[in-house]
Amino acid sequence: MVVGALVVLALALVTLSFRESSGGPVTSAQNAGAEALRPFEVAATRVARPFRDAYGWSDSLFRARSDAKKLRAENEQLRQLVLQNEFAANEVKQLKALLAFREGPTFPNDYDPIAASVISRPAGAFAQAVVVSAGSADGVELNAPVVTGAGLIGLVTRVTSHASRVTLLTDESSAVSALDAKTDAAGVVGLGPGVGATLELDRVSKDQDVRVGDTVVTAGWRSTKLSSLYPKGIPIGVVTSVGQSDTDLYKQVQVQPFADFSSIDAVIVLVRKAAGK
Amino acid sequence: MIARTGVTRARGFRTLGDLLRISALILVAAIVQVSIFAPVTILGGTPDILLVTLVCLALLRGSIVGAIAGFAGGLIVDVATLGTLGVTALLLTVAGYWAGRYGETTGRGRMRAVPLAVAVITILVAFGGLGLHYMLGDLVSAHRALVTTLLPAIPLNLLLAWPVNRLCAAVARRQASSDRASEVQVLV
Repeated sequence: MVVGALVVLALALVTLSFRESSGGPVTSAQNAGAEALRPFEVAATRVARPFRDAYGWSDSLFRARSDAKKLRAENEQLRQLVLQNEFAANEVKQLKALLAFREGPTFPNDYDPIAASVISRPAGAFAQAVVVSAGSADGVELNAPVVTGAGLIGLVTRVTSHASRVTLLTDESSAVSALDAKTDAAGVVGLGPGVGATLELDRVSKDQDVRVGDTVVTAGWRSTKLSSLYPKGIPIGVVTSVGQSDTDLYKQVQVQPFADFSSIDAVIVLVRKAAGK
Repeated sequence: MIARTGVTRARGFRTLGDLLRISALILVAAIVQVSIFAPVTILGGTPDILLVTLVCLALLRGSIVGAIAGFAGGLIVDVATLGTLGVTALLLTVAGYWAGRYGETTGRGRMRAVPLAVAVITILVAFGGLGLHYMLGDLVSAHRALVTTLLPAIPLNLLLAWPVNRLCAAVARRQASSDRASEVQVLV
């Protein structure tokens, strides 16, 4: 009975409150009640304020920690993205250089380019070689010269169906017949006596003219039965020092290679065009 | 045959002091709810100390006290928040009555009656409030009302249940203890 009356009363209040205009008796009573309750609410708010502030402080602290954790994770992701972008930009730069070389005047006309990426690098300082992602299935042949956009880097010394091993110019066994592009002074480029990737232009007789700053390119000689493995005119490096002594038969010419052997990512394998092609 | 004189369970308002104590309890709970708890959002939910107080009181004092306390508490909230008058009153009237009936019947003497009633009534009030506001044409998101705010509100209300129940027992049982049987008559 009581409950029913209360429910009916509540429904009546809802109806009146809902339908009544702003100046009606129910609204006025509600406003008066709200005014009467206001001091209690203010008092309760003031009493609770320190606790709410403490809660707000701890909540913001917790949120700040959560935000910091989220931001750290985001920062890590962005850092990885930056690294990936740098790597991609570097790769793009190298590929652009390769393309420029491919379309440049120094690219040998009687060779076909096979682009490949480096899939493994020398395991130690003693193995001056890289493995590239192109093999006999792609047309790569043994002893094919390998270049980057900067210049010659080595020679294919082993071929599988889908990969090839490229022995770099910095390997002790490498030797390339080369000449000074300006003076035509001929010699053989091999690993120099110094530390690092410095090359040496050996077998340059004392009467030949070689100067610091001259560019050294492949000689690409050809005789009646034999020919050089390398095409003519591929840049190798720049002469950094020239010396000679009375006891030596040849000049000591140091060559700084154009290619950076420590960061080779993409290469072009030069394959001789088939006869009649 | 032995019979106890006096009342062992206090149902309804016995004295004016009892009425005043329960009224004060409801008033304070409503004011605290409106002023302190309503702005607090923990994990998306808001604890409802008025509802918990009402449930505890109704379990202790029965359905009539529960319904009246619910109506009064809801009306205070409606007045204080300048909402549609009677909406909260209607919801809490039904909630108080239901909790009181549960306390008088199945929930009597059960250890877990309070948390169970608090959890169930929190859910029912949320559903009832959603339906009522929908009927009044208010724009209410069901997902927000029934998922985002309700799910965290249940554990928050359960956390309040134990201390509020202790408080209600201290306030509302005083009358009950004074009503306990003071003598025993032997009927032959």
